[in-house]
Amino acid sequence: MRNRFDRELDTLNLELIKMGSMIESAIEYSSKALINQDLSLVKKVNELEIEIDDMERTIESHCLKLLLQQQPVASDLRIISTALKMITDMERIGDNAEDIAEITKNLVNQKFIKDIVHIPQMAEATTSMVKRSIDAFVNKDKKQAEEVCRSDDIVDNLFDIIKEELIEKIQENKSNGEQAIDLLMIAKYFERIGDHAENIAEWVIFSITGEHKMP
Amino acid sequence: MDRTLDNLKQRKVKAFLFKSFVWFCGILTVGILIYILLFILLKGVPKINLKFLFGEYNSETLSVFSSMVTTVQMIVLSLLISVPIGVFCAIYLAEYAKRGNKAVKVIRLAIDTLAGIPSIVYGLFGMIFFVQILGFRASVLSGICTISIMILPVIISSSEEAIKSVPDTYREGSLGLGATRLRTVFRIVLPTAMPGILAGIILAIGRIVGETAALIFTSGTNVLKNPSLNLMASQRTLAIHMYMLASEGLPHSRDMAFATGSILILVVFVVNYATTKLAGRIGRSQ
Amino acid sequence: MTDKIKIENVDLFYGDFQALKNVNMNIKENEITAFIGPSGCGKSTLLKSLNRMNDLIEGVKITGRILLDDVDIYKDMDATVLRRRVGMVFQKPNPFPMSIYENVAYGPKTHGVKGKAQLDEIVEKSLRSAAMWDEVKDRLKKSALGLSGGQQQRLCIARAFSVNPEVILLDEPTSALDPISTMKIEDLLVEIKKDYTIIIVTHNMQQATRISDKTAFFLVGEIIEFDETERLFSMPKNKKTEDYITGRFG
Repeated sequence: MRNRFDRELDTLNLELIKMGSMIESAIEYSSKALINQDLSLVKKVNELEIEIDDMERTIESHCLKLLLQQQPVASDLRIISTALKMITDMERIGDNAEDIAEITKNLVNQKFIKDIVHIPQMAEATTSMVKRSIDAFVNKDKKQAEEVCRSDDIVDNLFDIIKEELIEKIQENKSNGEQAIDLLMIAKYFERIGDHAENIAEWVIFSITGEHKMP
Repeated sequence: MDRTLDNLKQRKVKAFLFKSFVWFCGILTVGILIYILLFILLKGVPKINLKFLFGEYNSETLSVFSSMVTTVQMIVLSLLISVPIGVFCAIYLAEYAKRGNKAVKVIRLAIDTLAGIPSIVYGLFGMIFFVQILGFRASVLSGICTISIMILPVIISSSEEAIKSVPDTYREGSLGLGATRLRTVFRIVLPTAMPGILAGIILAIGRIVGETAALIFTSGTNVLKNPSLNLMASQRTLAIHMYMLASEGLPHSRDMAFATGSILILVVFVVNYATTKLAGRIGRSQ
Repeated sequence: MTDKIKIENVDLFYGDFQALKNVNMNIKENEITAFIGPSGCGKSTLLKSLNRMNDLIEGVKITGRILLDDVDIYKDMDATVLRRRVGMVFQKPNPFPMSIYENVAYGPKTHGVKGKAQLDEIVEKSLRSAAMWDEVKDRLKKSALGLSGGQQQRLCIARAFSVNPEVILLDEPTSALDPISTMKIEDLLVEIKKDYTIIIVTHNMQQATRISDKTAFFLVGEIIEFDETERLFSMPKNKKTEDYITGRFG
């Protein structure tokens, strides 16, 4: 019966999906930029990050308008307040992707000290986490959100592996140090992206159950 | 487009004709009233003198003093009897009786019937019952008793109307504070209904002042030399005095009939004015 | 906190029509309880049963028990005594056609207060409790009908206070008022709840969330859910409650 409000909520979902696919692209590009040592992709990430910030502001003001006009209660209120929290984490993911791209700029003309294998895996895992969280939000799917929370373990494990390997590389040869540290930082940013994606999933669980899941 | 314009002219003409007709009727009515008043007053007022108003009655002065006193007696005492009975009856009907109660239906039927009976029939009844059976003889008392019955329906109807038109929200407010129904009726409902009840009383007074048929048979046409408060004496009221004077063939009597008529009109105006003012005062104090 | 009012297995019929079905509820002292629900759901009917104003309607039959401080209000209490202890404020302001003073003094006079000094004191105290004293103290003898709608309603609240009730029932008290009067009355209710038990029927759900401690949701004569207001409005247990409060029906 609340047609206008329901249409607005549908629009909100579409906006979140759109922002989600933007940050998925940002993660992909930042990973590819590193692997292919491609500066043009770095530029793309920078452009995307600006759009992601704009999107955050758009969705935020949309949510505030809905709070003002519709005075939502119960599940409606949880949906809108969750959206407000989600976009914060999503925007941070955009920032992290840009940080990765910035570091990649340094590495563009260097020869890699090791095969870049795990970082793309982290990129894939986190991209999937983001996509699934937003799906879980739109479809109110608690199980899917819980799965995403568990997936963060995979990302954390990958980070641990990379760290071990890089420590070895540094011990092998002191001159590997600089690149190793850059690579470690890139890996760390991917791990942070995973954490933010897990946060998003936790907020999705809140919007469905009203309880904040503590990991 | 043309069609609507034609219609408009037609409608305007119709409106104008109707408005003129209505105006005409209004003026006609007012005109008749003024004509009657002037007719009586112009013939009557010059004949009024102090002897006529306050002197002893004899075939010369044809004084209205004792008739006036009798009329006032009649008004006051019959109101004293029928207002309490009438108002309490109205309270019963409006406040306490349950809807569809058989007794209520019977009472209403009785009231409506009483209201429709011609006054001469009351006179006949009064003559048989009060004058003969109860032995009051032709007297002011018989007149008062008859008049009381006659005005009862008027009092009951208007009081019931007035009480019913008091908003239920007042009653709810009073009962919600823990007042009993009795207190609610006497402290809230009756005071609010007072203007309507007074309107009924004014109507009743009007009927009493103008009554002739019922009183001729009960209080009679006798006139005493000096005004007396004796209830058992047969005395005439102002209206009957006028009737008597008008039926005597003498020119002097006829003139004084007009004078009496003028007094009657004055009395009616004064009573109406006084009670309207009183009702207004009570209305404003609320 | 004790249960001020206990409602046990109450059914209410208007002739053949059942307006209340097996209502059970305990109302705690010194709290504001809100009754919400669509039109015709029985919330006003239940409210009016709590001070036996339903007695005035012909053809009303009520079964079950309603207890005030553990005393049956139908069997073991006189209606006029009950109504002194349980006051009511109606939807449309209904001051008597009398002066402001007389309006507030009517209740105490009804219950036996005679001395002028005493009455003056009660009138002042009641008007102060309704946050009205300063506004009207210089025109107590003027007619109450000359006040604005919001003032008239606060006068009715003062009138309800004048007999020193323990419970105050309000039937959509602000639905006919402007926003500022509404706000004044809401603030008033929150302030006085420490001394009274308050039950308010409201169509305005934001009002219920603003001022009530507990809320009961009624539908077709039954209580669907009765819980702490915050919980009922953020995580309703029953889907019908959720549908109603989010405006998805009714």
